[in-house]
Amino acid sequence: MKNKTWNPYLAGALVGILLVLSVIVAGKYLGASTTFARAASVIEKSVGIDYSQFEYFTTKKGKYGPGSLPNWQLMYVIGIAIGAFAAARFSGTFKAETVPPMWKKKFGSSRIKRGVVAFTGGALGLIGARLAGGCPTGHGLSGLSQLSVSGFIALACFAIGAVITAKLLYRDRRG
Amino acid sequence: MSLIFGLITGILFGFILQRSGILSYEKQVGALRLIDMAVFKLMLSAIIVGAIGIYFFYDIGVIKLSLKATSVGGQVAGGLIFGVGWALLGYCPGISAGALGEGHIDALWGMFGMLFGGAVYAVIYPFMKKYIISIGSYGKISLPQILGVNHWIVIVALTILILVMFIVFEKKRL
Repeated sequence: MKNKTWNPYLAGALVGILLVLSVIVAGKYLGASTTFARAASVIEKSVGIDYSQFEYFTTKKGKYGPGSLPNWQLMYVIGIAIGAFAAARFSGTFKAETVPPMWKKKFGSSRIKRGVVAFTGGALGLIGARLAGGCPTGHGLSGLSQLSVSGFIALACFAIGAVITAKLLYRDRRG
Repeated sequence: MSLIFGLITGILFGFILQRSGILSYEKQVGALRLIDMAVFKLMLSAIIVGAIGIYFFYDIGVIKLSLKATSVGGQVAGGLIFGVGWALLGYCPGISAGALGEGHIDALWGMFGMLFGGAVYAVIYPFMKKYIISIGSYGKISLPQILGVNHWIVIVALTILILVMFIVFEKKRL
């Protein structure tokens, strides 16, 4: 099996071409975070919570409400999982893993500890992404490719928040 | 048809990212700890190619831009909160789907967290709209617009800046 990974610069160029093709063919810029907010409204609706009490799910003609799914972006997010799974299987690099090795080395092998922190991170990430109006794909890739002011500010703040947090998480505690 | 395009685009995106080996927690957090820049190399390279392609096809009238509204309050506060979450989870929203596909089951916890975060955001949205998003709200503006220069000048400058970063990454073997 060929396990050699692709050069990140070339892979990045391919992603750039994919973005441009997507805009030409489907008129769609890449982005992912809104899907999770929309899916939350679908879940609320299906378990009987009155989602319409929340302005966010009804604003802009229900752009973020349950009626917005299924849409291009939901299928895109599902596609990412399928594409990654297929590539991992074909290349023999698929491996089920509950706790990442780097995490394990620092914080131990508890799946619950890792799960709680991952859940918290996901929740904060989505709240932040919706407040900022996008994630590293929507603001970073699509936004910077369009030279959007919002993209420059958002990507800089994503990086500042993430780098500081990662440094604090993995700081050397001996001192 | 739009659904099929979305699925195909996602599959290609997931395939490229998996083959470039950047879907693991180690690669993602390695970039955030500034010890392995592969994730940033890929992203910045995509931005250069994307910007050139987007503005080329925009200039010849094939595509439209779709700028996100600028809100300094929203992007600074939301960006910093997102950053904290990104480092805790180790995967951003699009990457988490790919990471799960590659077998990183912890990404699933993150995705449940994102659904919860989406529900929480709907609750706090009126407050955010009134007090945070309203700060420095300038609408859909691009850097060339506010600088008053041609977009190709900004693209060349951005490309040079990113290439300098690439040279630094390679020199420091990051």
